[in-house]
Amino acid sequence: MGAQLRVYKRRIRSVTATKKITKAMEMIAASRVVKAQRKVAASTPYAQELTRAVTAVGTGSNTKHPLTTEAENPARAAVLLLTSDRGLAGAFNSNAIKAAEQLTERLEREGKQVDTYIVGRRGVAHYNFRERKVSESWTGFTDEPTYADAKKVAAPLIEAIEKDTAEGGVDELHIVFTEFVSMMTQTALDARLLPLRLDEVAQEAKPQGEILPLYDFEPSAEDVLDALLPRYVESRIYNALLQSAASKHAATRRAMKSATDNAGELINTLSRLANAARQAEITQEISEIVGGASALADATAGSDR
Amino acid sequence: MAAELHVELVAADRQVWSGEATLVVARTTSGDIGVMPGHQPLLGVLESGPVTIRTSDGGTVVAAVHGGFISFADDKLSLLAEIAELSDEIDVQRAERELERAKAEGDAFAERRAEVRLRAATTH
Repeated sequence: MGAQLRVYKRRIRSVTATKKITKAMEMIAASRVVKAQRKVAASTPYAQELTRAVTAVGTGSNTKHPLTTEAENPARAAVLLLTSDRGLAGAFNSNAIKAAEQLTERLEREGKQVDTYIVGRRGVAHYNFRERKVSESWTGFTDEPTYADAKKVAAPLIEAIEKDTAEGGVDELHIVFTEFVSMMTQTALDARLLPLRLDEVAQEAKPQGEILPLYDFEPSAEDVLDALLPRYVESRIYNALLQSAASKHAATRRAMKSATDNAGELINTLSRLANAARQAEITQEISEIVGGASALADATAGSDR
Repeated sequence: MAAELHVELVAADRQVWSGEATLVVARTTSGDIGVMPGHQPLLGVLESGPVTIRTSDGGTVVAAVHGGFISFADDKLSLLAEIAELSDEIDVQRAERELERAKAEGDAFAERRAEVRLRAATTH
């Protein structure tokens, strides 16, 4: 076998091995998307009921709460950025990070100081590399977040918003996550989580203009709101975590699918080149044999004379 | 009794139980409360404790609920809990082990959780 042919054969082997790996990763990601979607669906009843309850308290009483009161001069805002622990997901993480950076820029233009909170190793690495300050970060659960993880993330954020701005508290909480629109589309977007606009929550809960009954609050409207709002924030963060996880798996699936396709194409091209090289080698050998034979024939013919 | 109420028991990550019932007893922060069809609209904070649901076919469903809310309106009752387990889902031995461990470590929350689980599992 000629040297060139051997090089082609080796490259084909290595690309075939890579293709097998990307194909496996694609299939794993596809099964995880379905699982993650199922988790999003499973968490919906809780989120819906909670939204209803918040609306009921919000509209049924005039209770004031630190989580619903707008600060007069918001001076500091927290941004919670949800990324993934692992890469190989196309532009998933860079899109989320870009959205967070745009939001940070906008908030800073409005004269607010921004505290960044990050979920996921990718985001942490991005900020650490640029030596930007990160208030707090969590890693290790982005593939399959549980409700306990959401609680863990929400606790310091709720604490920060309840503190006075002068003592290092924040006035607003924004969240940047990747919305799972469909298998093919995932969009990074930012949303203001706190302070809560109760009228917006109400719109979300009953779009058909249904009238909520007057509730009896047990023990009192203030206590119910006190217990309800942190849970609501937790459930929103949980939902965002789940959507981010589903989006990440979908992005991985897509990235791995195109990697597999590219590998297939590369194998095709390389096989063609290898065939051409083999054919050239054979042609050369034949012409050498023919040339040699005719030279030999010429030589014998000459000696006969 | 013909009147019944529709109950949804949902935990943060799943729907635990749903169906028709004639009476639901749950523990709020200000004491036990029983809800029957036609009750006034109610929204309350739940304590960690067992919830008893008397279903309309005469059966009883007991669940251990840790933190959450009860909301009732229009004969629809929803129990929202961060963690909720039906009594037949509870692993008694595991709960007992948890109780031992919590007592040894002096973790009041964990102890309470394990106690509630055990109570829900044994009253079934």
